[in-house]
Amino acid sequence: MSVRVEGLTKIYGEQKAIDKLSFQVEKGQILGFLGPNGAGKSTTMKILTGYLPPTEGSVEIGGFDVQANPKEIRRLIGYLPENNPLYGDLYIKEYLLFVAGFYPIKNPSARVSEVIDLIGLTPEKHKKISALSKGYKQRVGLAQAIIHDPQVLILDEPTTGLDPNQLVEIRSLIKALGKEKTLIFSTHIMQEVTALCDRVLIIKDGKMQANDTLQNLQSTFQGEWVTTVTFQGPFTLEHFKKIKDVQRIRQIHADTIQVITAPGIDVRPLIFKQAVKDDNIIIGMQQDRRSVEEIFQKLTGSDIQ
Amino acid sequence: MWVIYKKELTTFFNNLTGYLVLGVFLTVMGLFLFVFPETSLLESNFASLEPFFEMAPSLFLFLVPAITMRLLAEERQLGTLALLLTKPIDEMGLVIGKFLAAVSLLFLALVPTLFYYITLYFLGSPVGNLDTGAIMGSYLGLLLLGSAFASIGMLASSLTESQIVAFVLAVTGCFLFFYGFYFLSGLPVFFGKWDALVQQFGMDYHYHALSKGAPDTRDLIYFLSVIAIFLLITRFVLQYRIRS
Repeated sequence: MSVRVEGLTKIYGEQKAIDKLSFQVEKGQILGFLGPNGAGKSTTMKILTGYLPPTEGSVEIGGFDVQANPKEIRRLIGYLPENNPLYGDLYIKEYLLFVAGFYPIKNPSARVSEVIDLIGLTPEKHKKISALSKGYKQRVGLAQAIIHDPQVLILDEPTTGLDPNQLVEIRSLIKALGKEKTLIFSTHIMQEVTALCDRVLIIKDGKMQANDTLQNLQSTFQGEWVTTVTFQGPFTLEHFKKIKDVQRIRQIHADTIQVITAPGIDVRPLIFKQAVKDDNIIIGMQQDRRSVEEIFQKLTGSDIQ
Repeated sequence: MWVIYKKELTTFFNNLTGYLVLGVFLTVMGLFLFVFPETSLLESNFASLEPFFEMAPSLFLFLVPAITMRLLAEERQLGTLALLLTKPIDEMGLVIGKFLAAVSLLFLALVPTLFYYITLYFLGSPVGNLDTGAIMGSYLGLLLLGSAFASIGMLASSLTESQIVAFVLAVTGCFLFFYGFYFLSGLPVFFGKWDALVQQFGMDYHYHALSKGAPDTRDLIYFLSVIAIFLLITRFVLQYRIRS
């Protein structure tokens, strides 16, 4: 089931929270929604679920317009809201049965047990939600989102605040779910995108910065290899600029420069020879390809976590 | 809608609110009607439940907001409203489900008070010398009054994330609608000319009319309209204020 977003704009008072977003996701794809905090990720997701009306533009899920057919849309999607809101005073089973009650499910208690197994909640299934660890709470949030086996899953920051082990577990869950569904999730953690996504959508201040497959994005931005060189003592920057194939050099510290070249070109031997010629001492040298982190930084112009 | 209804009713009895409301209502009523001599039914020379129906609204004024304050404010505070409103239920279903749960709790609080009626029935001389019609009318009035208070409480609860604020707003609103118009009618502007009309906007006027034992459709329509109006405004708040 495909999700189609056309020219989506949301204005809060004077502020444009999102600005003409258009993208499309197909069944079996995982779309990673990437952006710094406050970029408009949650707003977009709320509009996708029909919770918020857009100022302009449209969202179509499985051929239904979200604003015109809220009932149909709500049956088709599973949604994990930001911060994973839950009723702490309910037991896991009780809560999932409550959520199941909204949907036409034939045998709710059988389905609840099935989902509890699938999500890996079995060891904790007799506990109250408030007594669960953050990782298990997140699982309960995921469980309620998939209770009716929705075609489309929208997960708003499903991995926030998890410890590294929990992260790995929740990620593999998402990966498994993404195989048969259309899955959209948001994050500000880069590795997550590399680990999970087929497509990446990067937004900043509500504007689309990139919308591409992960591979394309990496190869586009691997237009550069970066060699970081650290010297002991003074050196002449100009001499290094003249080295063959060097595109540009930036000085990042008094003693450290970054030499940028086209991909596939290793300038380390030439840098070394030049240093020897100038009687400089190199105490560190490392070559890097551009990582997703840097693509993200470049596109959003902000620091990452 | 029934999903919400069922959950709210279970929640009342899971976190003790339900027992507390029933307990407080019945204890206070019991004390006034059977223990405190000033208001005791047993000290009175008439077999009448009037003291009960005179006191119940004042108690409802605090109990009903205590029941309703949680209903929407908590959903807003927890963020679960976003969860509920992306399930296949519309705002009206959510509002009505919660409202009916609150009304059911009030109904449950009133059922044991039939014991007072039975007591009086047998204390009467001769046995059964009691104005059953007026008592049934009063029960209907009390249930409608409680429901109208609950609809005001629902609106108050939708306006804020804080349950305390919702409680205070609801008590104020209920008070104004119950006594406010009566006091307002005493203003020199209205007095002598419009005072009867102004009083008709108040809930106490219709409550007392119903307790006379001959249900008038106008009183029923009054309460039902008040309930409908407040629930619709609540729905409106959910739809346009929170989700925009």
